[in-house]
Amino acid sequence: MAVLVFAESVDGKFKKSTLEAVSYAKETANLLGTKTIAVSIGNVAEADAKALGNYGAETVYNAPLDKFSPEAFASIIADVAKTENAQVVVFSNNYAGKSITPLVAVKLEAGVASGVVALPNTSAGFSVRKSVFSGKAFADVQLTTPVKVVAITPNSYQVNNNGGEAAVVNYTVNLGNDAWRTQIVETNRVTGKIPLTEAELVVSAGRGLKGPENWTMIEELAEILGAATACSKPVSDMHWRPHEEHVGQTGITIKPNLYIAIGISGAIQHLAGVSSSKVIVAINKDPEAPFFKAADYGIVGDAFEVVPKLIDAAKQLKASSH
Amino acid sequence: MKILVCISVVPDTTTKITFTDNNTKFNTAGVQFIINPYDELALTRALELTEAQGGTVTAITVGLPDADANIRKALAIGAHDAVRINAEPKDAYFVAAEIAAYAKDKGFDLVLTGRESIDYNGGLVCGILGEMLGLPSVNIVTKIDVNGNEATLIRDIDGGKETVKVALPFVASAQKELTEPRIPNMRGIMAARTKPLAVVEASANKNTAAYNAFELPAPKAGCKMISADNAAELINLLHAEAKVI
Repeated sequence: MAVLVFAESVDGKFKKSTLEAVSYAKETANLLGTKTIAVSIGNVAEADAKALGNYGAETVYNAPLDKFSPEAFASIIADVAKTENAQVVVFSNNYAGKSITPLVAVKLEAGVASGVVALPNTSAGFSVRKSVFSGKAFADVQLTTPVKVVAITPNSYQVNNNGGEAAVVNYTVNLGNDAWRTQIVETNRVTGKIPLTEAELVVSAGRGLKGPENWTMIEELAEILGAATACSKPVSDMHWRPHEEHVGQTGITIKPNLYIAIGISGAIQHLAGVSSSKVIVAINKDPEAPFFKAADYGIVGDAFEVVPKLIDAAKQLKASSH
Repeated sequence: MKILVCISVVPDTTTKITFTDNNTKFNTAGVQFIINPYDELALTRALELTEAQGGTVTAITVGLPDADANIRKALAIGAHDAVRINAEPKDAYFVAAEIAAYAKDKGFDLVLTGRESIDYNGGLVCGILGEMLGLPSVNIVTKIDVNGNEATLIRDIDGGKETVKVALPFVASAQKELTEPRIPNMRGIMAARTKPLAVVEASANKNTAAYNAFELPAPKAGCKMISADNAAELINLLHAEAKVI
């Protein structure tokens, strides 16, 4: 018996979402009275694999692989899950996780829940809470199969660093041609920018900014705070900003610690995608904007006057904390 | 080219979500149902591909008879025929298993889904279908071009994009920007009335999960207002009071 967790890495380094998933898996293993095993696939050094013990992994299977394919990753994870007789397999519900999770669920004939936001309830069976209706509500889903697969929303579980060292098992990758039917031609990762799906802080703007040329100040504020940038649906529809920045019911649902909405009125579809944020700030010149009802802090004012003041104050704060 | 497009019927995006039966059931009273927006993009891209290169588009849904209005809408938009698997769609695994059971011996060159449904947000059907059908799956794509027996796709990855090539047949899920949705015209609506809509009974019956209870998020305690003249105070509050920066 074991709780298995996929430990995703980029360029040989584990991501924050990985540390969250390992911490979640450890706590789940404690609830079930079993051990935590991580599967790392990529070019992770043995010392880094051992360090996953800090977050609760007792054993790390380290599989060397120099390229990504959901089929290849799923085969390796399902293989280890069978070897270790895993009863729960944990993923982060980021893009990589989304592409692997369903494949592993089928290989293990496991009930699966994605977008999970809390630890399982094991008092009667195995039930997890996930967000539904794009953030408008939560549902408790009972998984009734012997093996369960869960994919947790990034930034919904804290990273627990309790010290420790994991035992590393070097895994020999042995895959058939079927694992490589999808060939990667080109990968374009934006470097130096925080991916919105995993960001702890988000600065978002809407039609109130009047045009794409006015995003310089939004990007500046985001950069000073160390935040990702986001936008509303109309802004993405008008191609002022790329679609991957669109948060809301038909865009992406995010759960940052801080969401600052500038010049966004707060339509129900937009609020759905951001309402799980821990702290919400609304800045809008219309005092009747619905966003103020969903916000923790609000400023009624023109973005072009307010944002430069925020930039100055944020610069001072950062200068004083160094 | 033979394309299967999976359609989920979901509440309209403006729906105020409430629950009944002691928060165990979604309250459908007064709710308008629509084709899941991402599925509509998958359908439109399928039509574009068959219009350019020949072929047929089959729309499939797993649902009870109340889904018929929306599957007819898929026919009005341009699908050549439609299939409804007559079962309550319990979760992604259940739905994908029914579609896989139907599709496995039909020789589809391409199976398309939306990236996720906007009601249960699983985002799982594309991958489950691929695995069950023994086909590669390409998740969350903003481009699908087919050239002979090979397709080029662009998928979203964490913090970027990736271009991939894959041979037909395969499964892919549609993301925004794949194309623009089409509005059915009067001719399409008239034609849809006589297009075939087959009703098939469920056969896989994969029950792996149960939705037991729902809860709405706790309302915010109230919004602390800061005057625009004193906007800098916001940064101090976020640092000292909310402790998020």
